[in-house]
Amino acid sequence: MRLKTVLSGVMYEFKDLNEVMAKANEEKSGDRLAGLAAATVTEMIAAKEVLAGVTLAEIRNNPAVPYEQDEVTRLDQDRVNEKIYAELKNLTVGEFREWLLCHETSGDDISRASHGLTAEMVAAVAKLMSNLDLIYAARKIKIIAHCNTTIGEEGVLAFRLQPNHTTDDLDGIRISTFEGLSYGSGDALIGLNPVNDTVESLSNILKMFQEIKETYQIPTQNCVLGHVTTQMEAVQKGAPADMIFQSIAGSEKGNTAFGLSASVLAEAHDLMLKEGTATGPNVMYFETGQGAELSSDAHHGVDQVTMEARCYGFARHYNPFLVNTVVGFIGPEYLYDSRQVIRAGLEDLFMGKLSGISMGVDACYTNHMKADQNDIENLAVLLTSAGCNYLITVPQGDDIMLNYQSLGYHEASALRELLGKKPIPAFAAWLEKMGIYENGRLSRIAGDASIFFG
Amino acid sequence: MVESEINIKKIIAEVLAEMGHDVPASSAQGEVAAVDDSPLVDLTTEDLKKQLLVPEPANRDAYLNYKDATVSRIGIWRSGSRYKTSAFLRFRADHAIAQDAVFNDVSSDFLKEWGLFEVKTKCTDKDQFLTRPDLGRELDDENIALLKKNCNERAKVQIYVTDGLSSTAVEKNARDTFLAMEQGLKGHGIEVGAPFFLRYGRVPAMDAIADVLHPEVTVALIGERPGLATAESMSCYMAYNAHGGMPEANRTVLSNIHRGGTPAVEAGAHIADVIKMMLEQKASGLELKK
Repeated sequence: MRLKTVLSGVMYEFKDLNEVMAKANEEKSGDRLAGLAAATVTEMIAAKEVLAGVTLAEIRNNPAVPYEQDEVTRLDQDRVNEKIYAELKNLTVGEFREWLLCHETSGDDISRASHGLTAEMVAAVAKLMSNLDLIYAARKIKIIAHCNTTIGEEGVLAFRLQPNHTTDDLDGIRISTFEGLSYGSGDALIGLNPVNDTVESLSNILKMFQEIKETYQIPTQNCVLGHVTTQMEAVQKGAPADMIFQSIAGSEKGNTAFGLSASVLAEAHDLMLKEGTATGPNVMYFETGQGAELSSDAHHGVDQVTMEARCYGFARHYNPFLVNTVVGFIGPEYLYDSRQVIRAGLEDLFMGKLSGISMGVDACYTNHMKADQNDIENLAVLLTSAGCNYLITVPQGDDIMLNYQSLGYHEASALRELLGKKPIPAFAAWLEKMGIYENGRLSRIAGDASIFFG
Repeated sequence: MVESEINIKKIIAEVLAEMGHDVPASSAQGEVAAVDDSPLVDLTTEDLKKQLLVPEPANRDAYLNYKDATVSRIGIWRSGSRYKTSAFLRFRADHAIAQDAVFNDVSSDFLKEWGLFEVKTKCTDKDQFLTRPDLGRELDDENIALLKKNCNERAKVQIYVTDGLSSTAVEKNARDTFLAMEQGLKGHGIEVGAPFFLRYGRVPAMDAIADVLHPEVTVALIGERPGLATAESMSCYMAYNAHGGMPEANRTVLSNIHRGGTPAVEAGAHIADVIKMMLEQKASGLELKK
């Protein structure tokens, strides 16, 4: 493995692959905070150049966190299809990038290749891509999953309806849910982040979601995003959940900080296939986000793009229906401003799709970041162009419980109208039946949540 | 040209009529609009729970009843698939207030008026404060010397004010909270050390300060990360025998101090009682029995 280069008369030498990978990243405040970022822009480009010459085999043989130390590495390495890997292993990262982008390579070709890749290969190639490269390559890849309905089909853009409430008040959640439905959001999921992570509270909300789904015959899926163990207990006690959710990290240590392990998730997956209310087979939901590992000191000296790719390698093991990065949630010490958030959002979508998972994005920001609603509206347009399976929506972008801003319910129909996308077909038919959509877009009565009160 | 203008006017009139607006009477050409000297109504004072912008809801009463259960921006209606102008401006106003709270510094006038002296953490500016939480917990030698010069060591209670993530929260609440706290503590016969202001401070900076001044109880009044609902919320962190490397669980916190939460004066009186308990039990955080 060649680890040095000369650029503009200066010699750049890196001590190992992890250093090359970290320094090849586009600028992120989190890599700087971790002390891993390139010192100068020229050093960043030197690292990209070195990385372009590394082969996929060299990357496989040097996982970011050693195999013996980390179950995320073990799951990822052991899952590789050796025949497909053998077809790819002699490519350099630079050649692999061109292979992904060229006209002769189809989405199906990429989905096949995906089975021969480890997370670090996925991360490496993302580091050699411009923003438009990321969009261009991600757009080719189609990932379809089925829970109660089918997500990811061509021309479809789905939305999670996120009716969060400061105290989990059922009436407050209900009106927010109706409001979102009246704008055509909610085909990916009706999913709430609870304040109270108790079996009773989760069960009550799940029952209400189920009642709403049944009363109005809504073809979608529900979830209440408590801790995986609380959700499991609720399901064991009969709560009607279509999916189980968990936040995950790209290292075993990071997952331990979240209070989970590979075996807990495997148990949850089995439980949902037996006791969940959904058709399946995809019954898991995960959230991730660059910087999560560093925040729990579980990054092993590895950059945040690589750790994020490792989340996707971990997630794919459980055949999830939904995975999304909560891209601007973690704050300016990891993603400083809108430029970094937009870059990370595009990287995450591309890496997720290249990892073979049904990928969405929570395009969002906090109030201590240099970003505003204009920035994430921009990001949403880019993500839609890149073939994102779904985006997250809350009332006018203001999440009153998590205290951050995401996209609004209005954005669901605006983005679909603008970029020629449709809701998930079964949900689109329901919207027409309810009179919320007319001829494929919002009707006169759309936006009136009180149509559900009769 | 003239015809198309008439057409456009007709279309606008139809759309406005459809949306339930009056059609503005056309003004005589060349007329200069009179300047109205009174300000517009303050956008941010409108109670969103009571505001329903849907023009002809299927069930207005139920809508408003349910809206009363949440502060979410619901029933805000639309123009096409986009927001009404008033809802759009209200959102931008609330976000602007939050951003100003984060990115503006606590003013030197505020400190001068109160008579607080200022020290700062190792952060050199706001950008570094936001991106390097590690530096917001530490003091350099110069600032350590300043503290030693201006404060007595081993005070019973050392209170200080720090910006954290909201300068607005500090400017609105810190002084009233401090005065009520000081009065409460005097009533309990407890002396308070000279207060000061710490610029660019994170919560764990209290450990670094305690390592210099060694008070029995260290108290930090700090601005919370603003939401869209309020940018004025302040927290009070307290620790008995704080020191570098102390467990997070040993901090006691009272958050949500602002006019819409626990008002400053009430918070100050409550904090004084909590501090008295800490001194009696020689404990704080999870170790404090209530």
